[in-house]
Amino acid sequence: MADTTVEHLHVELVAADRTVWSGEAAMIIARTLEGDIGVLRGHAPTLSLLQASVIEIQVAGTNQLVVAAVDGGVLSVANDRVSILAERVERAEDIEVQQARIDLEEAKRLLDSSNEAEQRVRHAEARIRAAEKVS
Amino acid sequence: MAVSLREYRARIKSTESMKKITRAMELIAASRIIKAQQRAAAAAPYARELTRAVSAVATFSNVDHPLTREEENPKRAAVLVITSDRGLAGAYSSSVLKEAERLSERLRDEGKEIDYFLAGRKAEAYFKFRGRSYVQAWTGFSDQPTYDKAAEIGAALIAAFLKEQGEDGDVDEVHVVYTRFRSMLTQEPTAIRLLPLEVVEGEEAPEADDLLPLYEFEPSAEQVLDGLLPQYVQSRIFYSLLQAAASELAARQRAMKAATDNADELIKKLTRTANQARQAGITQEISEIVGGVNALADAQAAND
Repeated sequence: MADTTVEHLHVELVAADRTVWSGEAAMIIARTLEGDIGVLRGHAPTLSLLQASVIEIQVAGTNQLVVAAVDGGVLSVANDRVSILAERVERAEDIEVQQARIDLEEAKRLLDSSNEAEQRVRHAEARIRAAEKVS
Repeated sequence: MAVSLREYRARIKSTESMKKITRAMELIAASRIIKAQQRAAAAAPYARELTRAVSAVATFSNVDHPLTREEENPKRAAVLVITSDRGLAGAYSSSVLKEAERLSERLRDEGKEIDYFLAGRKAEAYFKFRGRSYVQAWTGFSDQPTYDKAAEIGAALIAAFLKEQGEDGDVDEVHVVYTRFRSMLTQEPTAIRLLPLEVVEGEEAPEADDLLPLYEFEPSAEQVLDGLLPQYVQSRIFYSLLQAAASELAARQRAMKAATDNADELIKKLTRTANQARQAGITQEISEIVGGVNALADAQAAND
């Protein structure tokens, strides 16, 4: 499994019903429950829970940046292979900012009455941030 | 020839229009089945990566989690039955229900009571018609299940499973009955035990030179497991729903193909009898004319 000739990280960004992005990357930035994490080649094997946040993937060999919003999920790193799993993953290009703002407002209103609302607020915020990053 | 030619023609016509309908349904099912298979294939990476992550945690920490814990004395079992929303799919729904009955029989023999959870209108109708009670039913998505639905079902089942024994609505085991999609030709109703989870796909015993990566867990192994397992359960349910959807479409395609073939057969048979009736009519008319002419000729000969 451990292939030392691999120059880059192999990344799989996977949502529950499809693979959102997969390919070679130079660097990945994500936010776990304990804070931001950056993954480069040769990172120690890690399994972390993610927050509802923005994921940034620096595509190998280019300046291209893949930005996506996740609603939580897991980041696993082993042998230069990174998989990011979340139930809902959206590429920043596909996010509708208007809709995200509406969701955010609605979630904020519910903030006192339900436990899920906090999660929804975070998710909506992450979506807006991701969308703003690429625009 | 008791039935008139006109009646035969009417029957041929109605069979033909029926054939058109079944043929259209066959084609629709055939085109959707490809999409259903693609969806199942698209969901596979998530399930695969998730399984890998779960087994990674399982191999490195002592897997003692509420979702994997076996109750010492299981009294109640939940059964999730996945059927279709619509009929015209041959024996699809009834064979799932039969499998569910078989499973229930077995569970009852083991002294467990059963709570039913239903997916699909056919299962709901089956239970309502027999006046049997069920806990919850989800309908309206059988041929195009979304992950949200699977998450909803999963959340309900997990909630029931996590309740303490003796609490209202508690179950100690969760089983799922669905139809596994083997190929276009074979789909088999299958019953699996979903909870307590068996994390069996633990990575192979590592060989000396191929050590498993020593993972760091963030925040901790327990918490990672806590986050992973519910997702794992939901992804299993989603997988079952997708398989069931593909099976349903395959079963419908086959049933409609059989119906179209039967309609063809019937049309052939009816056309033959109609032709016979037509010929019989002509023969009769001819023999009447000939008879008439003969009679006239006889009468004339007698007069001469």
